[in-house]
Amino acid sequence: MSKSYGNLGVLFDVSLSIPIGQAVGIVGPNGAGKTTFLSVINGTEPTSAGSVFFNGTDVTKQGAEERSRSGIGRTFQIPRPFSNLSVFENALAGAAFGGGLRGREAQTAALDALEKSEMMQFANLRAGGLSLLARKRLELARALSTQPKLLLLDEIAGGLTEAECISLIATIKNLKDSGITIVWIEHVVQALVAVVDRLVCLASGTIIQDGIPDEVLKSREVLSVYMGTGI
Amino acid sequence: MSSNIQILRSPKKAAYGSAGALLLFVALAIAPKILDQSITNEWVKLFYLVTLASMWNLLAGYAGMISVGQQAFIGLGAYGVFVFNDHGFSAYESGIIASIVVGVVAVPISFLAFRLRGGYFAIGTWVIAETLRLIIIRFPSLGSGKGRNIQNYTRDPILRNTYTYWMALGVAIFALSACFILLRSRFGLALQSIRDNEVAANSLGIKVDFTKRVVYVIGAMGCAAAGSVICIQSIGVASPNAIFGVSYSAFMIFMVLIGGIGTIEGPVMGALLYFFVDKYFSQSGLWYLVILGVIAIIATLFFPKGIWGEINARWNLSLFPVSYQVKIENNQNDSIHLSKKEK
Repeated sequence: MSKSYGNLGVLFDVSLSIPIGQAVGIVGPNGAGKTTFLSVINGTEPTSAGSVFFNGTDVTKQGAEERSRSGIGRTFQIPRPFSNLSVFENALAGAAFGGGLRGREAQTAALDALEKSEMMQFANLRAGGLSLLARKRLELARALSTQPKLLLLDEIAGGLTEAECISLIATIKNLKDSGITIVWIEHVVQALVAVVDRLVCLASGTIIQDGIPDEVLKSREVLSVYMGTGI
Repeated sequence: MSSNIQILRSPKKAAYGSAGALLLFVALAIAPKILDQSITNEWVKLFYLVTLASMWNLLAGYAGMISVGQQAFIGLGAYGVFVFNDHGFSAYESGIIASIVVGVVAVPISFLAFRLRGGYFAIGTWVIAETLRLIIIRFPSLGSGKGRNIQNYTRDPILRNTYTYWMALGVAIFALSACFILLRSRFGLALQSIRDNEVAANSLGIKVDFTKRVVYVIGAMGCAAAGSVICIQSIGVASPNAIFGVSYSAFMIFMVLIGGIGTIEGPVMGALLYFFVDKYFSQSGLWYLVILGVIAIIATLFFPKGIWGEINARWNLSLFPVSYQVKIENNQNDSIHLSKKEK
């Protein structure tokens, strides 16, 4: 698919096919179009050209809310909490709408999502009062509460301490083992490599490498966009 | 997990709150039969103020739609009374029919208004209100801009006043209960999510536009009902400029912000406060506005969350709770820290 804002092209003929259950990491320099790529997959932004298929269905024309209901969950790089609601209510919104659950079932799903993202101790706090780290975890909790089949993570490990990062990696590994397909944008490459089966490098709106993580990281193209040429 | 987790929605508080409200409702309903009518007639204004404030709060405080154009629906509700009254309905029936019709009219208007966001939405709603006023005054049958009277009304003043009082009370109670029931439902959760972040709400499966539209229509109907009460109380509309006047929006904003936005109780407090200020100072000319201004300044400085917001923050008191509480009962009895060590 392609994506542009007016005359400004962001993604150019990006084509990616992800098998169910795979965990894909996306790396690339700032401005490569990584976040836009996620937005186009989850429907926050419409595509300019091309199409998005999910589970064999063409979802290109569907809005984000429909795609969420059919199983695409997404976290935002800059957290977007429902500030005046409690952490639990944030997750409950995801379970009740994206998850399509009602009453007790929705509440259980919300609690489950809080448990998985280690947010249970904050359940009754106002989301607006949380620290940045907790907000990032809340993003994860909310996405999980929608019972996603495909989880799109946008720089969820950025800014974490090493210990926090290790526990996050464990959490995401568990999610992958439970059968959720994952697309994860991250600058913290060690975190990424610990989980993903496949690594894609985006630069200037095109895919420049796609393959096994170690090989992608060693490739000349990837090194040159990250480190500059002449190495 | 070795802990037992419960979700509480303060059912007791909600039950006490509702029971108290019901008692108050009964007391208010029989008041015109007991108290002197000169007293209860004044309360009609209080009731429609409560209705207006609650509706504005529903829009702004729970759905994040700052409108300064709700007078559009107040005006349409008032003028709707004439239309249906002329076709043989009683004034009270006309008010109810007009409110429903205004709800229908609000649907296409919402498509227009929702093209705008934030401050543009606010101004847009105002423009819509002005446009509707200009359309209404084109009709000679509606007084051509000079206002007009209701033709068929209850002639006996005591009966008329009692009926008007009951209608105003009924509308206010209906508006308040609608807010409470809506906000306790999953719809309320969707609304508050949208208010706090539309993009996130959308990507969590919430139908943003549909949900906002429903609230907009409810807000329109509530304001129309209040408008019809205003019209019925004075057996007509003195001037379309007044009933379509932006000052209604100013008072709604005043009541909601002073009372406490985003709470069910706040707008009622704000309406009470405004009602008394209006009652005692509205004849004092400029000083009336000065006093309103001073109250607004004091409230913004010392109670930025409004009167009820302050009460709620200080004593955690809520008569009509809509939130959820998670209660974690840990087996080892250290109630809060269950996270990492337990696993």
